[in-house]
Amino acid sequence: MIRMRDKPYIILGLVIFLGLLAFPFWYNVGKASAAPEPSLDTPAIRQLSQKQCVEARSYMRKSHMQLLNDWRNWVVRDGDRIYVAENGKKYEISLQNSCLQCHSNKAQFCDQCHNYVGVAPDCWTCHIEPEENK
Amino acid sequence: MLNKALSGSKGYWSWVVFLLILIGLGFACYLWQLNKGLTITGMSRDVSWGLYIGQFTFLVGVAASAVMVVLPYYLHNVKVFGKITVLGEFLAVSAIIMCMLFIFVDLGKPMRILNMILYPTPNSIMFWDMVVLSGYLLLNIVIGWKVLECEHQSVTPPHWTKILTYISIPWAVSIHTVTAFLYAGLPGRHYWLTAIMAARFLASAFASGPALLILLSYIVRRFSKFDPGKEAIQKLAAIVTYAMIVSVFFVGLEFFTAFYSRAPEHGMYTLQYLFAGLDGYSKLVPLMWLFAVLAVVALILLINPKTRSNDSGLKIACVATFVSLWIEKGLGLVVGGFIPNPFERVTEYAPTVPEVLITLGVWAVGFLLLTILYKIAVSVKEETA
Amino acid sequence: MEISRRHFLKIGGICVLGLVAQPLVKAFAQSDVSKASRDPKALTGKKWGLVFDATKCKYSEGCRECILSCHRTHNVPAIDDKKEEIKWIWAEPYENAFPGQGHEYIAAEIKEKPFIVLCNHCTDPPCVRVCPTKATFKREDGIVMMDYHRCIGCRFCMAACPYGARSFNFKDPRPFIKEENKEYPTREKGVVEKCNFCVERLDAGLMPACVEACPHKALFFGDLEEPGSDVSKILRSHYTIQRKPELGTRPNVYYIIV
Repeated sequence: MIRMRDKPYIILGLVIFLGLLAFPFWYNVGKASAAPEPSLDTPAIRQLSQKQCVEARSYMRKSHMQLLNDWRNWVVRDGDRIYVAENGKKYEISLQNSCLQCHSNKAQFCDQCHNYVGVAPDCWTCHIEPEENK
Repeated sequence: MLNKALSGSKGYWSWVVFLLILIGLGFACYLWQLNKGLTITGMSRDVSWGLYIGQFTFLVGVAASAVMVVLPYYLHNVKVFGKITVLGEFLAVSAIIMCMLFIFVDLGKPMRILNMILYPTPNSIMFWDMVVLSGYLLLNIVIGWKVLECEHQSVTPPHWTKILTYISIPWAVSIHTVTAFLYAGLPGRHYWLTAIMAARFLASAFASGPALLILLSYIVRRFSKFDPGKEAIQKLAAIVTYAMIVSVFFVGLEFFTAFYSRAPEHGMYTLQYLFAGLDGYSKLVPLMWLFAVLAVVALILLINPKTRSNDSGLKIACVATFVSLWIEKGLGLVVGGFIPNPFERVTEYAPTVPEVLITLGVWAVGFLLLTILYKIAVSVKEETA
Repeated sequence: MEISRRHFLKIGGICVLGLVAQPLVKAFAQSDVSKASRDPKALTGKKWGLVFDATKCKYSEGCRECILSCHRTHNVPAIDDKKEEIKWIWAEPYENAFPGQGHEYIAAEIKEKPFIVLCNHCTDPPCVRVCPTKATFKREDGIVMMDYHRCIGCRFCMAACPYGARSFNFKDPRPFIKEENKEYPTREKGVVEKCNFCVERLDAGLMPACVEACPHKALFFGDLEEPGSDVSKILRSHYTIQRKPELGTRPNVYYIIV
């Protein structure tokens, strides 16, 4: 039963609850971080005549996670290790041996965006990171 | 009705705080385990399940408390159980919650637990165990709560509670059977590979669950104005007596097959390890003999009508039943199955301190839940009495 | 508009149901056109098998090539603590590898003779049967494979395996890997692991690492369903045994004893 004399406590409780709920907002006020700019400047990419990933840049930006998910299932569960891209080109399906051969700058390429949007893919507890080239 | 759990004596609150401290300790240790991995436990490559899975296995049995009061009440019209069906059901709820937590703390990758639902695998007994346990939990919480609520409002419970209750009876059999199948279907584990495993699980469940329920009934009578009734307790005691006799008999059957046939594939080496030691390893021997002694003590006190009908005699009998079955099922059965290992070598197991603290923490969660549920139930009973 | 509590709960319930159903519908509606294909170099078989010839093995003289090569290739950590040890391939004395298949008068050199043991890639594997997430599964070529992305670490498979072929990562394995093979992942704490019959090498047209590394030609690998393969020929011409055949798992690793 709600009694009138409990009103201040209820309101106080609600305020504290809302304050805690909004913690991420007021904690980060005024601390806008710069938008990430993933770097494509690696020795392997510099040597490419045509600077394109396995698929178009826009597709990779939007759907690389889905693609990696599919890659993982095709290799591990079906044993299909060759990816046939939209343009007919073939690539070995491998995070360590394909993706990271070009994108050897994991910190600038992967981590920057992932940190910015606050996601933590757990790829690297098993897949070995490339030795960063400074 | 929940508000009834928010007002209580000083004793009630100190008990709650005590449980919260145990939970806190357990949780801290769990965070450590999450960070370091299961290396902080005593488990090994050879004994890959230990105290956690042992507790899980034992507590599935305790959940039988519900069916052992519900079945006589609804199917055989044993009126005296009417007052305590909700106590049986709420004990089952707490036990199943503990079961689930013990599975959870045992996982190497707990954050992936939903994979069991995302990739349902009907050929895995563990999948079915998840199904039957969550079903049993749901049935008991819904039935127990609704019936109590109706009692609180002095109305007759709706018809559907009765239908659910009838469903819950065979469902209770399924949780013990499926849990036994986790063990009884593995080709290389001689000690577990026995067709009477499910029967053993049912028998020990029908002894340990009601034994705890009797003890809880005494506690409720001591600390509240609600009296479960001498007759109800005596009826439960009779159930415990029969179930304990059958349990011990079944263990005896395992001994006969193993030692008379002398065929190693019937678990002879494990029984040797458990009760006499094998290749110089004998860590569990004292505990297993404690099981044997307690089981005999329980049987003597239970079978003798004088001691069984005597309050203190029955209390000792129930403690002895509960502890002996805890040792047999919660420790000996699970650990024993891994010894000797597939190379016929012995690797022993003993839980570590953090492992014990996590275990205590999970028990404390269960008892906290049980305390709250019992507090509500008993308050309602006190009002309507 | 007046909405009763009952009505509200009903609508809410339907909404929740819809939210649950949406990913299901999506999963089924998704076109299943895989854009991946097998490597044309890949070795293909119907049922891979391995034969170990104890008469040729020089383990007792100190040779460890198969073990070292496998563990190096697959980033298997070297953990000294026996209780948390991780191994894909190792040696066991005859009496431990084949319990119940010896007797008290058996020649000491046979009793103690080392035999290379590994996952048997059983035709009827109990580990696959018990896995609650299909993290352990059987490929069409008979290989019992693990998906480390999916393993929840329940260790049911370890209880089910009658050959002790499975190891659990009780802790982070990385610090225990001496030299990392950068072309193969490691595992992480909390998952089970075991021999994969070198799936990744077969798919690239190579023989398993242990077979390739053996300097004494004591290991043979091939398709058991292919009469012309090395393993089939050996099985036809030699007396061979399996580990614990009485359990009905039908192991695919065979042993030449003498």
